[in-house]
Amino acid sequence: MAAATMTFHNLIAENRRNSLLLVVLFCLFTAIVAVVFGLAIVGILDPERLARLDWTQGLLIGGIGGGISLLISIIGYYGGDRMILAVSRARPIQHADDPELFNVVEEMAVAAGTAMPQVYVIDDSAPNAFATGRDPQHAAITVTSGLRSKLTRDELQGVIAHEMSHIGNYDIRLMLLMAVLVGTVAMLTDFLWQTLFWSGVTGGRRRSRDDSGGNPLALILIVFSVMLSILAPLLARIIQLAVSREREYLADASAVELTRYPLALASALRKIDDDPEVLEVANRGTAHLYIANPIKKFEKRAGSAFASHPPIKERIRRLESLIR
Amino acid sequence: MTSLVTSILTLLAIVAAPLGIVGWAVAAYNGLIGKRMETQNSWSQIDVQLKRRYDLIPNLVETVKGYAAHERETLERVTQARNMAVEARGVDEQARAETMLTGALKSLFAVSEAYPDLKANQNFLRLQEELTATENRIGFARQHYNDVVTQYNSALQSVPTNTLGNTFGFKSAEFFALDAGEAADVRRPVAVRF
Repeated sequence: MAAATMTFHNLIAENRRNSLLLVVLFCLFTAIVAVVFGLAIVGILDPERLARLDWTQGLLIGGIGGGISLLISIIGYYGGDRMILAVSRARPIQHADDPELFNVVEEMAVAAGTAMPQVYVIDDSAPNAFATGRDPQHAAITVTSGLRSKLTRDELQGVIAHEMSHIGNYDIRLMLLMAVLVGTVAMLTDFLWQTLFWSGVTGGRRRSRDDSGGNPLALILIVFSVMLSILAPLLARIIQLAVSREREYLADASAVELTRYPLALASALRKIDDDPEVLEVANRGTAHLYIANPIKKFEKRAGSAFASHPPIKERIRRLESLIR
Repeated sequence: MTSLVTSILTLLAIVAAPLGIVGWAVAAYNGLIGKRMETQNSWSQIDVQLKRRYDLIPNLVETVKGYAAHERETLERVTQARNMAVEARGVDEQARAETMLTGALKSLFAVSEAYPDLKANQNFLRLQEELTATENRIGFARQHYNDVVTQYNSALQSVPTNTLGNTFGFKSAEFFALDAGEAADVRRPVAVRF
């Protein structure tokens, strides 16, 4: 028990450290990208000016880039949970709306000795659930109406206990920042491609009359977009590493420590896995939050190399092996 | 020159060693205080859940009365057990009263099986869910209390924190123990259906 407690505290410390590291790396990365492309733009538009630039101006551009991403990180830290809930079309519920669900969540909060999280429901028949927030005092547990109707009370308790473990050990903070920061990069990529499209279609024709050379700005944007497009799968890979198999296994194990009933969670996972429906509101930015991969159709086609979740069969096997 | 470096290092060692020990002692002492607070906190959490149960029972008795008036004996036993539990003083007495109350409630829900109208009553169903949940929460609160006590006690007994604990008179906390009958119940799946 003492050893288990130590690991648990180490895990919390590790998650806090990694969250901070993620933000620092993100800001540093944006700053470097801003400097490189700022200089490239100046160099292409006005090569003579590039020679006259001194390092303070480069630092300024980097500072602006880093500052903006720091701002995004802070906004994400304090408001990212609401963004994720809004994107997932989750609506908050009170005790009177669904007493049983509410009671199960409260039971698990009592068992974990943490504050009562807010409860949200997604109206979708695909059974799934996730937790988000920045710490146990600011956390939310979301379940789909499909999960609610397809699971028994005990199975629901197992799933909620799993989510409560993610909350208790600060997995939610790291996952939240991941979703926000990776989402920002994805949004930026989309935005750049769109800019490219518009400048190519509307600006391109106008310019072709008086300007014999290509549009240098468009060239920069193309290079930038291609680079980001190469980077995007890399970022997805980073998410996979963060949502390592161990993290999900650990949350399953901690869930059993709360409910002392591994079979209920195992049977819940089996039901979730067997269900053929796909959760419409989940996307690549939020998929890693869920208890089981909501875009499983894609995953089955793509093979295990892209799996962001450990195979459910293995999780079930481990849960069942807990019964002595 | 070398002698100067040596003497500076010696001085640093003389100053740093006690500082390090004092720093450790302060951190360990605060750690113990925090853990002890947590045990008290989680103990009072159990009381919060018990109180919720006491508050639900009169409502339940009233609802059942409307449908199953001639189950007076069962109803009276529940009311009596509840009042005894409310007035119970001390851990042992409380535990006994709670066991009685749990038994009385079980027989009440068993009796209610024979009344289809009652079982279809929304208010009854709501109360049944609330009582199930409250019983679960009582169990989970006790489980959490024992977890916290384990942490506190093992911190208190491990070297070198134990010297600090002895010096400042920290006492190890008591586990919440169930009697044999109730313990067998707990080992079954947690959400017991009545």
